[in-house]
Amino acid sequence: MNMLIFLIPIALLMGGAGLAAFLWSLRSGQYDDLQGAAWRVLADDEYDPPKS
Amino acid sequence: MTCCTMDAEGVLAISTTFISAEEIALVSHSLGEGLRQLDLSVPDVHCGSCISTLEKAVSALPYVRKARVNLTSRRVTCVYAEETVEGATDPTGIIAAVNAAGYRAHLFTPVAPETDKTRNQLLLAVGVSGFAATNIMLLSVSVWSGADAATRDMFHWISALIAAPALVYAGRFFFRSAWHALKHGRTNMDVPISLAVTLSYAVSLWETAHHGEHAWFDATVSLLFFLLIGRTLDHVMREKARAAINGLARLAPRGALLLSSNGSRRYVPLDEIVVGDEIAVAAGERIPVDGTVAVGESDLDLAIVTGESAPVSVGVGVGVSSGAMNLTGALVVRATKLAKDSLLAEIISLMEAAEGGRARYRRIADRAAALYSPVVHLLALASFLAWGLIDGDWKHAMLVAVAVLIITCPCALGLAVPVVQVVAAGELFRRGIMVKDGSALERLAEIDTVAFDKTGTLTIGRPRLVRLEAAHEADLGKAVGLAVHSRHPLSQTLAQSAGHVAAPFDRVSEIPGGGLEGMRGEETYRLGSAAFACGVDPAPSTADSPLSEAVLSRNGEALARFFFEDALRAGAQDVIKELESGGFGTLIVSGDRQSVVDSAARALGVGRAMGALTPKQKVDECQKIGDAGHRVLMVGDGINDAPALAAAHVSMAPATASDISRQSADLVFFNERLDAVPQAIAVAKRSAALIRQNFALAIGYNVLAVPIAMAGLATPLIAAVAMSTSSIVVVTNALRLNAGSKRSPVIDASRPAARGGEVKVA
Repeated sequence: MNMLIFLIPIALLMGGAGLAAFLWSLRSGQYDDLQGAAWRVLADDEYDPPKS
Repeated sequence: MTCCTMDAEGVLAISTTFISAEEIALVSHSLGEGLRQLDLSVPDVHCGSCISTLEKAVSALPYVRKARVNLTSRRVTCVYAEETVEGATDPTGIIAAVNAAGYRAHLFTPVAPETDKTRNQLLLAVGVSGFAATNIMLLSVSVWSGADAATRDMFHWISALIAAPALVYAGRFFFRSAWHALKHGRTNMDVPISLAVTLSYAVSLWETAHHGEHAWFDATVSLLFFLLIGRTLDHVMREKARAAINGLARLAPRGALLLSSNGSRRYVPLDEIVVGDEIAVAAGERIPVDGTVAVGESDLDLAIVTGESAPVSVGVGVGVSSGAMNLTGALVVRATKLAKDSLLAEIISLMEAAEGGRARYRRIADRAAALYSPVVHLLALASFLAWGLIDGDWKHAMLVAVAVLIITCPCALGLAVPVVQVVAAGELFRRGIMVKDGSALERLAEIDTVAFDKTGTLTIGRPRLVRLEAAHEADLGKAVGLAVHSRHPLSQTLAQSAGHVAAPFDRVSEIPGGGLEGMRGEETYRLGSAAFACGVDPAPSTADSPLSEAVLSRNGEALARFFFEDALRAGAQDVIKELESGGFGTLIVSGDRQSVVDSAARALGVGRAMGALTPKQKVDECQKIGDAGHRVLMVGDGINDAPALAAAHVSMAPATASDISRQSADLVFFNERLDAVPQAIAVAKRSAALIRQNFALAIGYNVLAVPIAMAGLATPLIAAVAMSTSSIVVVTNALRLNAGSKRSPVIDASRPAARGGEVKVA
């Protein structure tokens, strides 16, 4: 039963990490264009990096 | 990929409106450091190679720093430098580059960034409640598998700690909406949801504090999680429709070329124009504000303002209304009204007065909730009292009452409607029909009468040559030779449809308000109205003919006559026939002349046709039909239709409609064909049937589950299983809408299956 002292925090931390990753991806605009992202993954090359 | 090749001619024909650098400056915004951001709406982009074509084309411009296509909202965001080493840049090059790549581009003012914020808030709430639900479920499973005494209490306490913030954060959407409804003395679906969530949390907390066996934290949070998913999908769907509609070309000008007293010209935003200002309106532009003509003569196309299909000639001193398209000559217009008081303002006030069916309509879910909540809450109260009085154990009675509240699960009921509507909206989206909100589908399923506007809705607003009388074939070539010099719709149709090689002329001039005059050696050819071409008054018999007439003359002597009528929209006849055979009443309400309306009605087989209606009369007509117990679907496009669109039970507008009609219509269709109307009605009826089935399923489930809960046999485990099962059954049933439609042919082949992405969203 003492295992629980470690296991529960670990489970919560892992869940929390997932939540944090989701929050980050949402904030950085990765959900703004879901359809475009689906196509971009098939594009051969990342055309020209921005000049400057 | 063949789907990406737009024919260049089509693009050129559509993007005739010229976008000036000044207008771009008005809509783009500065990012600092000499950079500006310009958002363009590109409605034709729809696949991966469109993205790379466009991004390459725009990035190739020397002053463009960044170009990124958003496929979901069909937009291109460009960041460009205001100045390069060669001097100030000309941002019109961006639009030219997009056009050259084969896409239409419209300027687009980012309307509401806060709508995106709502979406992100909803997604965040889904994330938070999902996190809470999975972790609590983990602990609950341990409890169900036999954890007891101190371990169970600890698990319950941890669950309570996780659930509390999730409840406040993710539940606020429901609490807020429920509070809002209660404050106005109504109930909606969110009232039973909020009550079940808060009560179950409170009782579980009390149980936990008293070392109780059962806690309902998992049910509380997973209820929120499921309902939030439904709500988010609903929001995303509506957002997508709104983005597609906002991305359409604005028909109303954003600004105008102001002539100052010292002769200089300046492009100013519309709001800055005051009464008495003189504004230059070139041929091909729309009149920005109401005014009178100060200098010049021209023909105006009023189709979108009044529904009149034939152009009207104007001269000095004649009043012109905003929204009219200037066809032939340059005009100087003296403003008589501020932009905010122009015709549009009158229409808006009419719309506010007319807003009837929509405001009074109560969503089907809210009507169900009004029946459902009292029944459920009375049942819970009854079991509480019964157990308390019979058993004497009030604590147990309380637990039973909460079990009843939870197991009657507003979850299935909360999902029954939105899931069907999201699936239906996705289905219509793929056919090029945008649904602005779910209630539009509910209302569309109830209609029994369809009222059409004529110009621009049943017809496409472009004339068609129906008859020509000419003595010699050679004269036709001369008519074409003259017609190619004008942007008057009759001339353009003549030039395209006569099928003759244009004869050369020494000199051609366009006489605004009259027609075209060409010199060929010593002979003067004229093409235009009979009065202009032959120098005589038109015979009174033709004045009320449904056909428009153009005459070619040589030295005042008529050589050929051409007769035009407004071309019917593709599929219009079939649509009317289909609607009639489906038992719908049809009628035409138009602002055009009665004779023209009658001729269109005859061609289409519509029994009732009313012409020469003012916007107010159109509203009255819709209300009269409504008062007679019918439900009207209004289909219209003009500025004059907007109040009727608001007054009707539900309304549709084509994508080519005026800005205000698109805003006031419940559905907007992007197809050229009128088939969208019966298609939308069919999908709405199918989804109404599915909603009824879902309600039956949810109620049937409750009839089975409630006795178990009232008997005091429901444990949190049983509740969790029952709740999930009922939700899954309801969602699966909703997905049948999609399955059913795949068998029926998709008529609009121009919108290919490249849009598979929507299915997932739905």
